[in-house]
Amino acid sequence: MSATATRPSTDPATEAAATGTAADETRPSPLSAVVRSHAARKLAVLVVIAAVLVPLAHAKWASGSWPDALTVDVSEPLGKASDWIIDNRDSHWIFLYFFGHISNAVIICVRAVYVVLLTLGWAGVTAASTLVAWRVAGVRVAVTTLVSFAVCGLLGMWVPTMQTLALMAVAVTASVVIGGLLGLAGGLSERAFRALRPILDTMQVLPAFAYLLPVVLIFGIGVPGAVLATVIYAAPPMARLTALGLRGADAGVLEAVTSLGATWRQRLLSARLPLARKELLLGVNQAIMMALSMAVIASVIGGGGLGDRVYQALSSVDVGKALAAGLPIVLLAVVMDRTTASAGERLGEPPAEGGPRLLRGWPAWAGVGVITVVVTLVGRLAGSQAWPTGWTVPIEEPVNQFKDWMVDHLYTGVPVVGGTADWASDYVKWILDPLREGLQGLPWYAVLLIVATLAWLIGTWATALTATAAMAAIGVLGVWEPSMDTLSQVLAAVFVTLVLGFAIGIAAARSTRLERLLRPVLDVCQTMPQFVYLIPVVALFGVGRAPAAAAAIVYALPAVIRITTQGLRNVDPAALESARSLGATQGQQLRQVQLPLARPALLLAVNQGVVLVLAVVIIGGLVGSGALGYDVVFGLAQGDLATGLVAGAAIVCLGLMLDRVTQPTSRRDRKGA
Amino acid sequence: MARTRTQLLMAAAGVAAVFTATGCGAADMTKQTSPYANVGGAKSVTLSVQSWVGAQSNVAVAQYLLEHELGYRVDTVQVDEVPAWDALSQDRVDAILEDWGHPDQEQRYVKDKKTIVPGGGLGVTGHIGWWVPKYFADAHPDVLDWKNLNKYAKTFKTAESGGKGQLLDGSPSYVTNDKALVKNLKLNYQIVFAGSEAAQITQMKQFAKAKKPFLSYWYEPQWLFNQVPMVEVKLPKYTNKCADEGTKDPATIDCAYPTTPLQKYLNADFAKKGGKAAAFLKKFHWTKKDQNEVSELIASKGMSPQDAAKKWVEAHPDVWKKWLP
Repeated sequence: MSATATRPSTDPATEAAATGTAADETRPSPLSAVVRSHAARKLAVLVVIAAVLVPLAHAKWASGSWPDALTVDVSEPLGKASDWIIDNRDSHWIFLYFFGHISNAVIICVRAVYVVLLTLGWAGVTAASTLVAWRVAGVRVAVTTLVSFAVCGLLGMWVPTMQTLALMAVAVTASVVIGGLLGLAGGLSERAFRALRPILDTMQVLPAFAYLLPVVLIFGIGVPGAVLATVIYAAPPMARLTALGLRGADAGVLEAVTSLGATWRQRLLSARLPLARKELLLGVNQAIMMALSMAVIASVIGGGGLGDRVYQALSSVDVGKALAAGLPIVLLAVVMDRTTASAGERLGEPPAEGGPRLLRGWPAWAGVGVITVVVTLVGRLAGSQAWPTGWTVPIEEPVNQFKDWMVDHLYTGVPVVGGTADWASDYVKWILDPLREGLQGLPWYAVLLIVATLAWLIGTWATALTATAAMAAIGVLGVWEPSMDTLSQVLAAVFVTLVLGFAIGIAAARSTRLERLLRPVLDVCQTMPQFVYLIPVVALFGVGRAPAAAAAIVYALPAVIRITTQGLRNVDPAALESARSLGATQGQQLRQVQLPLARPALLLAVNQGVVLVLAVVIIGGLVGSGALGYDVVFGLAQGDLATGLVAGAAIVCLGLMLDRVTQPTSRRDRKGA
Repeated sequence: MARTRTQLLMAAAGVAAVFTATGCGAADMTKQTSPYANVGGAKSVTLSVQSWVGAQSNVAVAQYLLEHELGYRVDTVQVDEVPAWDALSQDRVDAILEDWGHPDQEQRYVKDKKTIVPGGGLGVTGHIGWWVPKYFADAHPDVLDWKNLNKYAKTFKTAESGGKGQLLDGSPSYVTNDKALVKNLKLNYQIVFAGSEAAQITQMKQFAKAKKPFLSYWYEPQWLFNQVPMVEVKLPKYTNKCADEGTKDPATIDCAYPTTPLQKYLNADFAKKGGKAAAFLKKFHWTKKDQNEVSELIASKGMSPQDAAKKWVEAHPDVWKKWLP
C-alpha cells in the first residue's frame, strides 16, 4: 500500500501531468482547471522549443554523452593557480596582509579558547556547562549536560572533545556574527534581501564536501581552513533566519513605535530585534548544529579533535574506536541543541515568579561564576586538569566483537532473505546499473529537456532556467559521465528512502506509541556525524556503490519520516472526521484525504530527501562509490586541486539542479505571503 | 540616512583598528603552528599520521617514547600524503615518519623552498604491487604472470567491474600507476577504488573468508599478509628507463613498481630548534619485522596504538635505546 501511495510524489512530472489530465475529471474545481491550463501551456512551449533546438543539436553534436566541442578544459589554469598559490604563499602581499592575518586570527582565537578550557580543567568545564545549561534551559537539560560531559571523559575522549569545542566556539561565534550582520542587511533592505535569498537558499542545499576544496586551496591543510569552511557552512542559516525574523515583525507594533517618534536605531534595537529574538535563537541553534557536523567533516582537511579520531578509526576499520569518538559528538550535539532550543522556548514566557530571589537575575549568574571558580580550584588541587587517566571505560573491544558477529552471521547465506552482500549485489545489478546506463545513454539534450520540463512544471520559468543552466554547466566542465553516475546513485537511493520513509511516516502518524518510540532514535540519527555511518555499512555491504547508498538512506530517512509524520498529523481533523462519518475505510481516508492534504509536506520530504542523500552519496567516495565524490577525495588526497575543484563545482551544479527540480514551495510561499 | 552613514564610517574605522591591532605588518602563512601545540608550557610535537596501519605504528612508538622517555606532549593529525607535505612546510606538523616517494614535492619543498629537510631513512623498504590470495595462486599458478591475467579476467569479475575483471585499488591518496598499467599492458580489467584502506581491507578479508578469487593493489610491509597470505603477480620488470619516462609522463608507465626505502622528513625550523625531539626523530630507525609486530597488535589484535607501542617498547629496549639523544 505504501508503495502505491507514495509513487505520485516520487515523480513530480507524472504527478503534475496526472492532475492535468484524467485524475481530476471526477471532481472538477477551478483550481484543477488552472493547473491544467498552466501545465498544458508550459508543455506546449517546451515542445516548441524542443522541436526547434533538438534537431539542431542532434545534427551538430550527435552523441549520447556531452559533446567534446562544448567543453572547456579548466584543469590546466586551475592547476597553475594552485601551484602559484603554494609558491607565493610566503611572499605575495595578498597572503601576507590579508589571508595571513585571517589565518593567524583564527589560530589565536582557537588557541585562546583551548587554553581557557584546559585551565578550567575537566571539573571546571563540566561545572560551568552544567550551571549555564541549568540557568538557560532548566534542570533536565542540566542533568543531560552533566552526564554527557562525564561520558566524554569516561570514553577517554576529553582532550579531543575540548579541541572540538574550542574550534566550534570560534566557528560558531564567527558564523553568528557574520550571519547576523548579513541577516540584518537582508532584514532591513528589500534589495539586499532579494540579492541574498537565492544565494543563501542555494548554500543550504550544497553538500558539505564541496566547501572544503576552495579553503584548502588558499589556506592549506589545518585548523584555519577547517574553521573557515565551518563558518561558510554554518553562517547561511543564521543569516536566513535573522532576515526572516526581522521581516516578519508585526507591522502594527512597528507603526506604533514609529508614531511615538522613535529614531531608526531605537526602532531597530527596541522593537525589531526583540520581536525577532525567537528566530535569532533558532538561527543560533541551526548554526551550532551545522558547525558541529562540518567540524567533523573538516577532519579531512586537518581540523583535528573528535572528527580526526573518527577519521583515524575509519582508516583501520575500527568501528569501536569510531563509535567512541562519535558518541561525544552526538552528546555535544544533543546538549547544544537542547540548551539553545529550550532557551528559545523560554524567551516567550514571563519570568518565573516563584523560587528564592537569589535564583533569579544577576545574582544567579554571579553564583554560576563563583561556583565554577571554586570547582575549578578544587579540581586543580585534587590533581590533573585533563580527565584522570584511570577513569575511563574502554568500549572499543565489545563493540568490535558485536560488529564481527554481525558480519559473520549476516553477510551471506542467511536463509530466505539472503545475506547483506547478496542484497548489495542485487541492488547494484538490478537498480543502479540499469539506471546509470540509462542516464549515460540518454542523449545530453534529452537530459536537459527532462530537467527543464520537471523544473518548470513544478516551479517557474526562472527555476527551470537555473536547473537547466546548472546541468549544462556540468557538461561544459567536462564531467558529464561521472555526474550521471552520481545522479543515478542519488535517484536510486532517494527512491528507496522515500518508499521506506513514507511507509514508516504513515505508520508513525497513525500510532502515537510508534512515534514516541521512534523520536529518540530519530533525534540521535539526525545528529550523528555522517562519517560514523560509513564503516558499519562497509562491513555489511562490502565496498562500492551499495554501502554509500545504504549510508545515504539511513542518513536521510529520519528527516523524511519526521516531515511525513508531521504533515499527516497536521491534516485538518474536521476533514478526517467528515470522511470517517461518510464511512470511508482507514485506507480510503489515508489515500483520499490525508495524503492529498499533506501534499506540501510530502513534497518537502522529497526535497529534503534529495538534498541529504546527495550529501552522503558524495561522502561515499570514501567507501568506493566512485564518480564525483571520489574525484573530490582524490583531489584532496593527492593535492590535485584542479580535479577536486571541477568535481566540487559539478556537485554544486547537481545539488542546485536537484533542489530546483523538487522545490515548488518557495514560490507558493511568496504568493501566499 | 545620515546616521547610517556615520555608523558605516565608524564600523569601517573599527575594522581598520582591528587590523592594526592584529599587527599592521605582514603575517607569515608559512609559520603557523597548530593552535593545540605547546599549551600550558608543555613541550609538544605534532606528528602526521597517514591512514595505513604501518604508519600508525611508527607514530605510536615515537609518541610513546617521546612522552615517556623525553617528556614531550605529542599531538597527531591524520593528513593524506601530498597535503601532509604542505602542512609540514607550513609547520602545522613537525614530522612525517614514513614517505613513499614524492619527487615533485621533494623538488618544491626540500630543494626550492628549503622549508623541509630530510630526516633520514626509516629502515623499512616498501614495495607496491598486484597480489592474489595464496589459496587461488596455489590452484592456478599461471595467474602469477601478468601475461595470463586476461585469461582470468572473468574469474575476477564483480558487480562493480562492469563485465571486466576487477582490480581492487585502495585509497585515492596512495601512490598508484594502475590506470596507466591497465591501459598500456592492454588488460581487460576495471580498477575499482575501495575509497579507503579500511574499505579495501574489509573487502579483501571478506573475499578471503569465502575463498573467492581477487586481484588487488597492495603493498609491503603490511600486517594483513599474516591473516590473508597473498602472492605477488609479476609485472614487467622495473627499469630506470621506464621510471624516467614515467616521471615525465605518468601515462606511459608500463613496468612494475620500484622498491622504495621509506624516508622521514622534518620541518626545517623544527629540525634546527626542536631539541631532543628532533634529534630523536632523526635517529628513529627500525625494521620491517619490528613495524609489523606493532601493526599486527593494532590491527588484528584490536589493541590501541598506545598499548601496542607500550608492549613493543617493553619487549625491545635494545632497539630503541639507541634512538635516545
